[in-house]
Amino acid sequence: MIDSLKFITCGSVDDGKSTLIGHLLYDAKLLFSDQEKALELESKVGSNDGDIDYSLLLDGLMAEREQGITIDVAYRYFITDHRSFIVADTPGHEQYTRNMAVGASFADVAVILVDASQGILIQTKRHARICSLMGIKHFVLAVNKMDLIAYDEHRFNEIKEEFLREVANLDLDTISVIPVSATEGDNIVNRSQHTSWYTGETLIRYLETIDVSIKSKQSGFLMSVQRVSRPNHKFRGFQGQVEVGEISVGDEIISFPSEEKACVKSIFIGNKDCTTVSAGQPANIQLDSEIDVSRGCVLVRDVAVELADMFTAEILWMDDAELVVGRNYVLKLGTKVVPATLMKIKHKIDINTGKHISADKLLKNELAICDLSLAENIVFDSFTNSKGLGSFILMDRITNMTSACGVIKHALRRSTNVVWQDTDVTQKIRANQKNQRPITIWFTGLSGSGKSTLANELEKRLVAMGKHTMLLDGDNVRHGLNKNLGFKPQDRVENIRRIAEVSKLMNEAGLIVITSFISPYQEDRQSAREVIGEDSFVEIYVSTSVEECERRDVKGLYKKARAGEIPNFTGVSAPYEEPNSPFMKVETEMCSIEKATDLILQTLMEQKCLKE
Amino acid sequence: MGDLKHLEQLEAEAIYIMREVAAECERPVMLYSIGKDSSVMLHLAIKAFYPEKPPFPFMHIDTTWKFKEMIEFREKRAMELGIEMLVYTNMDGVEQGINPFDHGASYTDIMKTQALKDGLNKYDFTAAFGGGRRDEEKSRAKERIFSFRNPAHSWDPKNQRPEMWNLYNTKINKGESIRVFPISNWTEADIWQYIRQEKIEIVSLYYAKERPVVYRDGNIILVDDDRLKLLPDENVEMQKVRFRTLGCYPLTGGVESTADTLDLIIEETLGSVSSERTTRVIDYEATGSMEKRKREGYF
Repeated sequence: MIDSLKFITCGSVDDGKSTLIGHLLYDAKLLFSDQEKALELESKVGSNDGDIDYSLLLDGLMAEREQGITIDVAYRYFITDHRSFIVADTPGHEQYTRNMAVGASFADVAVILVDASQGILIQTKRHARICSLMGIKHFVLAVNKMDLIAYDEHRFNEIKEEFLREVANLDLDTISVIPVSATEGDNIVNRSQHTSWYTGETLIRYLETIDVSIKSKQSGFLMSVQRVSRPNHKFRGFQGQVEVGEISVGDEIISFPSEEKACVKSIFIGNKDCTTVSAGQPANIQLDSEIDVSRGCVLVRDVAVELADMFTAEILWMDDAELVVGRNYVLKLGTKVVPATLMKIKHKIDINTGKHISADKLLKNELAICDLSLAENIVFDSFTNSKGLGSFILMDRITNMTSACGVIKHALRRSTNVVWQDTDVTQKIRANQKNQRPITIWFTGLSGSGKSTLANELEKRLVAMGKHTMLLDGDNVRHGLNKNLGFKPQDRVENIRRIAEVSKLMNEAGLIVITSFISPYQEDRQSAREVIGEDSFVEIYVSTSVEECERRDVKGLYKKARAGEIPNFTGVSAPYEEPNSPFMKVETEMCSIEKATDLILQTLMEQKCLKE
Repeated sequence: MGDLKHLEQLEAEAIYIMREVAAECERPVMLYSIGKDSSVMLHLAIKAFYPEKPPFPFMHIDTTWKFKEMIEFREKRAMELGIEMLVYTNMDGVEQGINPFDHGASYTDIMKTQALKDGLNKYDFTAAFGGGRRDEEKSRAKERIFSFRNPAHSWDPKNQRPEMWNLYNTKINKGESIRVFPISNWTEADIWQYIRQEKIEIVSLYYAKERPVVYRDGNIILVDDDRLKLLPDENVEMQKVRFRTLGCYPLTGGVESTADTLDLIIEETLGSVSSERTTRVIDYEATGSMEKRKREGYF
């Protein structure tokens, strides 16, 4: 049986990627006749003067045909006498770089196109770098549109030299450069009459013969456990795809991270009972003793593995939302899924020059070296050593988007505290982790004005939005922290001071604090504002008339105050000083609780109080 | 991995994907259409979990217009393998008398697309395996292996999640679901070679046999039951035909053939002059018709 090769075509927009593949399929007689007919028909309908537009074979989405561009990766399959091929044709536009990376992650060879009349462009360099990041070791530069530069050997050599300089610092095994014309078909399947100065292979010949197998066969055994199979009490099998080497019945393995040992009792490959299973095969392995093995564990024999919970990695950011330091993501590496925090962006990598640029955030399609910290120790390896144990994705906890992909450079040892020494956990990091801006929403107003009801409703709504909150009101403060305080003016001042300090601490912990206290004195609210900080203090005045409060008198307090049973009662026997310029004034006599809460939330969002 | 041969690699990839879904997704199901791709999928599911039975049920969307031989085959396989086979039919459509002769495109929408959505909703399935292959059609060539659907089961081709290496992100929000295509990277040739290598049982309709047929609009339609009304100038003829794809009998054209063994089928298929889907009547409506249907929730 023949082997197969996975490759991608990439390069800048309009460098002719889709056309190249189309021509490859057409010339190699790899199209079914009805596809050929449809192609000729569609070309006639389109603009190309009835010449065959080979790219129509690949651009399959309606939006792609309308705009005449490639948006997402297309996979095509063909077979020659020598090999079976899967080609991923990738988009060239910058905004679709992440789709290009999807294609690259899957391939062993990259065919990078460059327009001979344009030379090496930014996108060419970006793609070369991403191909290398995703683990491709074999590059072929197809210098396309040679017909437009009259098959000029000198210009070809200039482009070749420039490309070799550009990729000199990438970790590649082989680089080839071929002059082609995708529209004319030069050096694709048939050797060109116009490039007698070129003595190398045609593209198809290159693809049929390139050796991408891993040179040094790895010894030992390693497999990540995908799933534990327990059809009945007699069978407990560990399913997974063998990553490295092979294992036989009777061999001893170690399970990580528990580091317990056991021997292999039986092996199923598919539905066959076998004695040995090797790299790439789907295994179901039984052990002779009940050790701790579950999904995400790694079974190992004679392979040095590392356990760590911090490492340095190179990542490609793929999310429309920007990457923020300190945020918590879900990381998947092999079959292990674990919470991870992005501790630090060490630097971005400039795509043009490869130079390092300092940064505190990352935008879509940017590359960077970062430090990550995980919730627990995991088994990993550097990407150079192991594709399977050295690559990971980060998933957003709220949108579930695959926000980034990355490859591990090396572990960071906790004992040396590389990360924590220069980046203490700040309020900003804690807040980012919670995806919110920590503020104190300070409700003030008469007793019975509706502060507590509003505060309670607002907290419910914020929690429903995924925010992390804390509500402070008379009940939970007066019964504990402030239980030694009464209602005399100096006690009221101390009461508010303590509440302000506690609010500040909670803000520092990254929480959104909601307070509900009468806080009648302008001066006290001002000092709370100073303690908590001008930017974090959001004062909401719940404006309800004394008459209305007294009419509601939910707790019967006004009645008692009027009867003289409660001294210093705000609004009756003690003053209430209205705020001069509150963030918001809510009139509870005019609208319902729901309406008022809507209004508060809307204003908070408009003023960007909840999120940076 | 470098040493594995082509089919072995494809098989390993499909099994890996099936196990990931079984391990990470809450309520998976395997869509079973009874065709050869489904036969391969079922075989892979058995291999992926052996000696355990596949840890998910199978579901067939029955339009009530499938070939009789298909339904017999479905019942027989489910019984032999001891798997859970759910059958879902859009009974509203049946009661309204929706049929492929009178209702054209809306037949496909009501009895297939709508039925599929209802069937998945009925059991709250969060992930559904399908036997779609990227070589079948141009919009499928662009689809990820894990393809996300919003609560209305619609696909957004312009905003697909990145899918890197074999690290599949199976996380979904409430109401969303995933279609999973483990044999995305297989070609029709791979399917047939794998069927031969693994001796997988397929429906007899794939083999050439004398069958009662009518020639209608350039298609050869099997007279499978008396619901097929003959037009004035039509005659039922006995003809040696076979089917390259299976679906609803009035919508699935046969081909004249003498290929009555697997080797002959493979020889005929791999040397074939037209690609597989040309015998499916619905694909011809308009360029991009498959993508439109997928956006609406078709598999």
